[in-house]
Amino acid sequence: MVSPILELTDINKSFGHVQANKNINLKINKGTIHGIIGENGAGKSTLMSIVFGLYQANSGSIKINGKEINLSSPRDSIINGIGMVHQHFMLVENFTVLENIILGFEGETVFGEKLQKAKEDLEKLCKTYNFNIDLDATISDLSVGFRQRVEILKSLYRGAEILILDEPTGVLTPQEVDELFKILRSLKDEGKTIVLITHKLIEIMDLTCEVSVMRQGEMVGHTKTEDTSKEQLAEMMVGRSVLLRVDKKEIKKGETIFKVNNLSVKDDLDVTRVKDVNLEICSGEILGIAGVTGNGQTELLEALSGIRKVESGSIELFGEKISDQNNFLNPRMLKEKGLAHVPEDRQRMGLISDFKAHENLIFGYHDQEPYSKSAILNNKEITEYSNKVMQEYDVRPNSPNLITSNFSGGNQQKIILSRELNENPKVLLVGQPTRGVDIGAIEFIHQRLIDMRDKGAAILLASVELDEILSLSDRIIVMFDGKIVGEKENKNVTDRELGLLMAGVA
Amino acid sequence: MEFLSDIASLINSTLRISTPLVFAAMAGIFAERSGVIDFSLEGKMLMAAFVAAVGSYYLGNPWLGLLLAIIVCVCLSMLHGFASVTHKGDQVVSCVAINILIIGLTTALAAAWFGQAGLTPTLNEDQRFLEIHLPFADALRDIPVIGTLYSDILSGHYVFVYLAYLSVPLVFWIVFKTSFGLRLRAVGENPSAVDTAGINVFTMRYKALAINGVLIAFAGAHLSTAVNANFFREMSAGRGYLALAAMIFGKWHPKTALIACLLFGFTDALQIRLQGVELPAIGEIPVQLIQALPYILTVVLLAGFVGKAIAPNAIGQPYIKER
Repeated sequence: MVSPILELTDINKSFGHVQANKNINLKINKGTIHGIIGENGAGKSTLMSIVFGLYQANSGSIKINGKEINLSSPRDSIINGIGMVHQHFMLVENFTVLENIILGFEGETVFGEKLQKAKEDLEKLCKTYNFNIDLDATISDLSVGFRQRVEILKSLYRGAEILILDEPTGVLTPQEVDELFKILRSLKDEGKTIVLITHKLIEIMDLTCEVSVMRQGEMVGHTKTEDTSKEQLAEMMVGRSVLLRVDKKEIKKGETIFKVNNLSVKDDLDVTRVKDVNLEICSGEILGIAGVTGNGQTELLEALSGIRKVESGSIELFGEKISDQNNFLNPRMLKEKGLAHVPEDRQRMGLISDFKAHENLIFGYHDQEPYSKSAILNNKEITEYSNKVMQEYDVRPNSPNLITSNFSGGNQQKIILSRELNENPKVLLVGQPTRGVDIGAIEFIHQRLIDMRDKGAAILLASVELDEILSLSDRIIVMFDGKIVGEKENKNVTDRELGLLMAGVA
Repeated sequence: MEFLSDIASLINSTLRISTPLVFAAMAGIFAERSGVIDFSLEGKMLMAAFVAAVGSYYLGNPWLGLLLAIIVCVCLSMLHGFASVTHKGDQVVSCVAINILIIGLTTALAAAWFGQAGLTPTLNEDQRFLEIHLPFADALRDIPVIGTLYSDILSGHYVFVYLAYLSVPLVFWIVFKTSFGLRLRAVGENPSAVDTAGINVFTMRYKALAINGVLIAFAGAHLSTAVNANFFREMSAGRGYLALAAMIFGKWHPKTALIACLLFGFTDALQIRLQGVELPAIGEIPVQLIQALPYILTVVLLAGFVGKAIAPNAIGQPYIKER
């Protein structure tokens, strides 16, 4: 019988009225890769932040190697051999790799001998694990994959025996994921214990030995990975059976209705982020844009939806030029022409989160009948409409008077989607439709997008989730460094092929 | 020969005028590198000037006056920290509140204690700092160049002038060569990284603010117990803001901030000297134009020669650990 290296008993944690963790019990065995899976907001990150000493539990106990310990700050956890790679890297961007790693563990007041020793130790570690990191490189010059390695190296240098990784693959290309998994497996072989937090079933099946499932702040099951399946885990996560595959009819492609010619766009810092992009979308078609975050997808969508100025090139809708560098239609005029936009940053651009749900449901159409008459809102109509549409889109809880920020990410997204789809747009621009959205809602949102396509809308879908692109799109383009580096019909395309394009290699 | 001595005296006044700016800019570097905006340099400098003058008047020793000023300024920095670090208030608002408080407080206290609104009694020679004449300054004066350099430029300053310029390499060393400096810079760039490295973000910011209070006290004491022999109303005259500008133009870096402070000091020294000077072919230049010169020159130089200033990433944001 293996003894657990980490044992949590009856952990409770609440933020205000929200109970993030309820009576959590968890045993993690030494030398294993243990997966913790659950939807967004299930409390996985909170639980691991408690183990890392960042948050303090309201009650419960934590044992390491059978010994009960008190973790009042990350320092306590680090001393006890716990390391954590956070979802958002905890690195100082304008520091070097070395500076980031020794931060807090300098070992001397004035830099000198110990710094030299740290450097030698780190070089040895790098060699052992094949990290290939230049210790004097500045973090801001490193790719996301390398930054993550720096985080892992940091934990190892600080003596981590248990390494917690929070959603480590969200920002990586498939190739980088392979590299990461290779590293994690070799760490396991060295006898380290790894805890992997994720919402991706495929990663659990690929990598872990054991898996624990969380739902709504509670631990709902533990099992050996070999004894379970994706479908079973998904059911445990959501609490009901879920369709993991999207059913899609054969494409009925119409004529080209949306066209982008030689488009270039600059960001707020005056850096050209979209470079000479050409694309066409036909009615009844979903065009997917794949790419690692920050390769110009955001700016492209903003320019197409009339939020951002076009530097050069033009955009055509039904053969009519709607935007070029001299004039562009604002989002409202575009809306009237049949273009709808589901922005990728829903908190910032899609919703006013302090408003009530019914206000967000009609926002943008609030000055039209029947929602208002002679500039006065017709509350009765709005409430009636809201009730109807919230039922139709299965927004939970079904209460139009609730403040929008109290809804979960998935339900907020449904609110936006219902508003944008309600007018039956001819062109639909969608950015990251399922970011931070739970599996149950993903299924629903995907189905809606497919329905729109079958009704003849032209849909542009930008997503960093390759699975999503592959399961929804009819045609796929890949963006890298602002340029379109590849275009493929979605037939027999693998994520490997796309991954190479996304990394700018192919 | 006269030309040379003109230059020497110009450099001499530049060094003197820049002194409070240098202290304040170094103070600002500590606060802002830790992620806390400090507009209250102005108010703290004024308070330090007041406390130093009053302390030295009653205690008869300018060093004791300085000590009191340090204590009071550290307290003010702690107040700023309490409002903006512990209670996560808006840092700019906290600074503005401190500045307004001090303008009123110094005037009112002077009126209550000395019967004159915003004026403290003149200090005698024992109660203030005097110019330090370096050894052999008089003997060496007549040697060409070296004599001028030593006797007219280096010698004959108040102790604060020497301390100010010594503080710059010291600050550089602390910020870039010690583990405290590494943590200081990290906490202003990404406090979460510091927190997850097991260092208390709040403690770091308070430490930085304490150093900030000590440094700014020197600037105030320089004004009221060295170059002047009393405190008068609003005697800091915007130097705190000017130092803040110098620090920003210096990109939060001690060396470049020093250069910016010297530039401000130099243009100020130059404009005093240019007043009333007749230029050939043009005649006398209006005083107002000359007085505007430092600012015009500053704008031109900064617009032309200094690239974009990038502030510490987390500046102005209170650190919130739990959502």
